[in-house]
Amino acid sequence: MKIAVCIKQVPDTANVKLDPETHTLKREGVESIVNPFDLFALEAALRIKEAAGGEIVAITMGPPQAETVIKEAIGYGVDEGLLLSDRAFAGADTWATTAALAKAIEGLGEVDLVICGKQAVDGDTAQVGPGIAQRLGLPHVAFVKGFREIDDKHLVVERQMDDGYDVVDLPLPALMTVVREVGEPRPPSLKGKMRAKKYTVPMQGAVELGLDESQVGLAGSFTQVVKVFAPSHSGDRRMLEGSDEQMGAEVIDALVDTQVIMVGS
Amino acid sequence: MVVIIDKELCIGCEQCLDACPFDALEMQGDFPEVGDSCTLCGSCADVCPEDAITVPEVERAQDDRAAEAKGVWVYAEVRGGQMPEVVAELLGQGRRLAEQLGVELGAVVLGHGLNGVAGELFALGADVVYAADDPRLAEFNDDIYCKVLSRLIAEYKPEVLLAGATSIGRSMIPRVATAVATGLTADCTGLAIDPDKRLLLQTRPAFGGNIMATIVCPTARPQMATVRPRVMKVGERRDGFQGRLVTVSMEDQDQAATKVLEVVQALENNVNLTGAEVVVTGGRGVGGPEGFQVVSRLAEALGGVVGATRGAVDSEWIGHAHQVGQTGRTVAPKLYIALGVSGAVQHLVGMQGSDTIVAVNSDPNAPIFDVAHYGIVGDLFKVAPAMLSHLKQLRGQG
Repeated sequence: MKIAVCIKQVPDTANVKLDPETHTLKREGVESIVNPFDLFALEAALRIKEAAGGEIVAITMGPPQAETVIKEAIGYGVDEGLLLSDRAFAGADTWATTAALAKAIEGLGEVDLVICGKQAVDGDTAQVGPGIAQRLGLPHVAFVKGFREIDDKHLVVERQMDDGYDVVDLPLPALMTVVREVGEPRPPSLKGKMRAKKYTVPMQGAVELGLDESQVGLAGSFTQVVKVFAPSHSGDRRMLEGSDEQMGAEVIDALVDTQVIMVGS
Repeated sequence: MVVIIDKELCIGCEQCLDACPFDALEMQGDFPEVGDSCTLCGSCADVCPEDAITVPEVERAQDDRAAEAKGVWVYAEVRGGQMPEVVAELLGQGRRLAEQLGVELGAVVLGHGLNGVAGELFALGADVVYAADDPRLAEFNDDIYCKVLSRLIAEYKPEVLLAGATSIGRSMIPRVATAVATGLTADCTGLAIDPDKRLLLQTRPAFGGNIMATIVCPTARPQMATVRPRVMKVGERRDGFQGRLVTVSMEDQDQAATKVLEVVQALENNVNLTGAEVVVTGGRGVGGPEGFQVVSRLAEALGGVVGATRGAVDSEWIGHAHQVGQTGRTVAPKLYIALGVSGAVQHLVGMQGSDTIVAVNSDPNAPIFDVAHYGIVGDLFKVAPAMLSHLKQLRGQG
């Protein structure tokens, strides 16, 4: 089975702080990491390969330094990697991103399964996976949380829903996006790390993918950011005073007075 | 394509570096260099004291769909015969947008055994209901749902399409946007109309919820957005209103490739955060798994549900099902009590819609106090038990 996994390099947004004065982001010391949800995608690929055999290719799109996430994937045990990098890709929305990723996957030959993390933590759109599936004409299941059956013709997966989960039969070739419940990522192996050190990451740009500059990046995007601002918060606030015990009792009184909580009559 | 910096005018003050939400600028010697993550949002140009930064116009392919497209549509998700609350919210917001644009509000529903659904959609604000009722749509399968909805869009050409940012919406709608070749904005928390350009202004948290971004889709149609549940207001009901019902027929070759074998209704650990009227959340300040005991005792006394921050979940003090925030659940209960929660922006975006917010934290500078209605600077292990005992006293249980 040939599996393609799409991964993304993201800033470690969990550790981004806002400057309370200027309401801008403080970025000093914010590192680039592999999107945490993509680690679950890599883990899912490794487990499926263990069950059904085959080969895994990790693909990323980003600036040249994003090759580090491919090396990291090699460390986890992925067979090959591919970096899509081109100045023309800059500013791509999810439409323009899936244009490049879908072309790259087509270029790999017969791919049986494409796996993406459920979303990237910097954009949080969850749009790229289903978008690629549509472009490639593949069926997809999003938010997969577990596997019931794995063979080279189909998968039976558990799909997370708002009110529980569905068990879905997914014939291959297909795409799926995965959530953290698919399994804790294993640590990189020593052998993998050694291989990653020596591994030269192949790189492709718009020309290699056969895409015109008008189809990628900002020019190839349908959406446009027109304004960026700090979240606003309402200012109607009362700070309580006194001892911890007094404040605890007082806030309950205030909530009862304003009928937020009921204590019976 | 990136912003252009005029090195003749630039004084190297670095204000643009701080202003850039996408971290696209970096000093190279005396001048900033623009990296690939530039989105031409113009934040840098706004703060440049020397007007040294120009935002180039992006040349986009001509698209005549904007002239033809008309009407606001809502995708009315149905699962197991039930419509989630977000459908009513979408119709409430859709109604306001449609009135501003002076167009009709349509609702699309796909499923099987949809008796009574159209009437409910009319009551919730729809002028027109497009209903596809077919056994092949009984279970949710992305490919066939996408095919039917895309075909309707191609035929009726709405200018706006809204869907809930639910598991179903976030799985299927990106596929639909790709199929009809248009832009899609995920998980919006604000929607408005630019009356001059007739554009949908779509606002959402970006960058892990640390900033808000307003996004438009200038030329392609429909302008598509998924909308976060529990943010938009439901409109006034008009029971008995009879709109136009359009019955959608399927084609013979419409078959789903995927197959739903089993539907398991089970909320993980019975945590129903999004439906709760009271949420009591513990953050890193609770100190460990034992610290959640005081959180759950207070939640129980208030008939509420226990929430947790990403920090507490990542430390494995409590299960992921409890997580509130950008990567967890969005909640908007009547009462939200935050114990030992510092208030990272990615957490705030998931709870700031709550009616009343009480924050208890030992750090007076914790950002959670910015959104709180009642702020208590103190030791949560003393304050929370005091709240609990006073509550019991008032209820005559003490």
